[in-house]
Amino acid sequence: MKKSRFWSWLIVFLGGIYFFLPLYATLRFSLMMKKDVLSFMAYEQVLHDPKFLAAFTFSAKMAVFTILASLVLIVPTAYWVHLKLPKLRPVMEFITMLPFVIPAIVLVFGLIRSYSKPPILLVSSPVLLVAAYVVLALPYMYRSVDVGLRAIDVRALTEAAQSLGAGWFRILFQVIFPNLRSALLGGTFLTFAIVIGELTVANSLAWKALGPYMTQLAGMKAYEPAALAVMSFILTWASIALLQFLGRGRGGAAPENMAGMH
Amino acid sequence: MANQIETVQQLNKGAPKARPYFQNISWSWVGVVPFFLFALLFIFIPTTALFVGSFQDIEGNFTLRNIQMLFTEDYIINSFMLTIKVSLVTAIGGAVFGFFLAYAVTIGGLPRWVRSFLSSFSGVASNFAGVPLAFAFIATLGRVGLFTVFLKKLGLDLYGTNSFSLYSFWGLSLTYMYFQFPLMVLTIIPGLDGLKREWREACENLGANKFQYWWKIALPILMPSLLATTILLFGNAFGAYATAYALTGGTLNLVPIIIGAQIRGDVLNDPNLGYALALGMVIVMALALAIYYMLQKRASRWLR
Repeated sequence: MKKSRFWSWLIVFLGGIYFFLPLYATLRFSLMMKKDVLSFMAYEQVLHDPKFLAAFTFSAKMAVFTILASLVLIVPTAYWVHLKLPKLRPVMEFITMLPFVIPAIVLVFGLIRSYSKPPILLVSSPVLLVAAYVVLALPYMYRSVDVGLRAIDVRALTEAAQSLGAGWFRILFQVIFPNLRSALLGGTFLTFAIVIGELTVANSLAWKALGPYMTQLAGMKAYEPAALAVMSFILTWASIALLQFLGRGRGGAAPENMAGMH
Repeated sequence: MANQIETVQQLNKGAPKARPYFQNISWSWVGVVPFFLFALLFIFIPTTALFVGSFQDIEGNFTLRNIQMLFTEDYIINSFMLTIKVSLVTAIGGAVFGFFLAYAVTIGGLPRWVRSFLSSFSGVASNFAGVPLAFAFIATLGRVGLFTVFLKKLGLDLYGTNSFSLYSFWGLSLTYMYFQFPLMVLTIIPGLDGLKREWREACENLGANKFQYWWKIALPILMPSLLATTILLFGNAFGAYATAYALTGGTLNLVPIIIGAQIRGDVLNDPNLGYALALGMVIVMALALAIYYMLQKRASRWLR
């Protein structure tokens, strides 16, 4: 028993080094901008760069639009399928899994081919960017909503609301949405995490979003990218930690894994 | 409460009878039209456009030349081989290392906190996206990375005598591993928990040793979910663009990188060849996912 525990510790130790060394190195690197002393200079430089602020604001805006668009598109549909068209469920599952089969780079290639010439000219419009992000977020958003809907009694809630005289709009926004709160929060966080640093689509559609900004910076500077990386770790990790914390409640969606966004 | 719902159900059942017949035709499909329209516009049309484009020449005439070039042009074969190689190496490497880590924290007899720590950490690390991850590895193992410098002080010159480069195949694989094996840890921990103690006890009662138990009982039970996750990891690396682009700046000839370059300028001198490349990627991914689902079905038989 002693012996087997030694191997267990060893492998966890190796895993720990592999996990933490890059994080430590990035943090350390980001603090070394001033010679011979540790300082937050790289962070100050980044935060004072107007291009950074512009890129960050743009990406954050796109994230908000993506979240709103996905919620409006997916929640009513998923609800309706649960309530009235349960036979469509496998079809919905199939469609929402497609973004796993179609890598982001392929999707954006297809979008550019389809919408860069009349009759539909969308390449230079942020609509196409948001649409692509909604597609990328589809598997996560749909799955969190689906898990949430399974956890509540959709039929009873709907009928109770109807018997009290509520219309469809009211049922959706005052009954279904609040009951899916924690599931929707899960999907929202994941979508935000996907969009905020996204590179593939933003780069291909030539938007000055945060992802392209970061790669550009990497070509010119040494310490600022590390500072940016640390900030984005903290942002993503804080939101995932918050998500895990919130997910402990009832009907919460466990954090999913974002296959295909790397 | 229960009575009320019953009454409502009765009311609902009764209601349609009173209405004229034509209202009985179900209009409920109208509710899903927006979603399907969206899927049509932003998933099916673009994919079909690529599919059609890969069978056309530059003037739009039908041709099989692009598909043929996928299998004959060295440059393209090599890029597919390299992408598949990176995906295979990181999938298998991630699977093996992830399995041992998961084993260590479930059956390996480590304190409980190690396990919960590893699970939460894996949840975070598997969600670790492209650019920042590349930066982290550059800061660690790049030419002036912290670990590179540290090793140099110890007399081990990675970039000199050992001709290691973070921006090469092995460097990229090492970086991909960071989001690969946490996924394995997360999916295999429930599987290891699902190994019933009775199975092991039954084995011991029949005189089997530890190796026989693992080889004949535990591994065959875990195999479908192990393989399924490995395939998931394969797909994960195969479609990856951001990490590779941020790390190598597009110098490594991976299929996603070539497609990316083609989007920003006609590097293949033939846009339709680009569509064929994209089609090739979708086919590989679809095959991988199809196998994944088949295995997943088998795995769920045991892991109730």
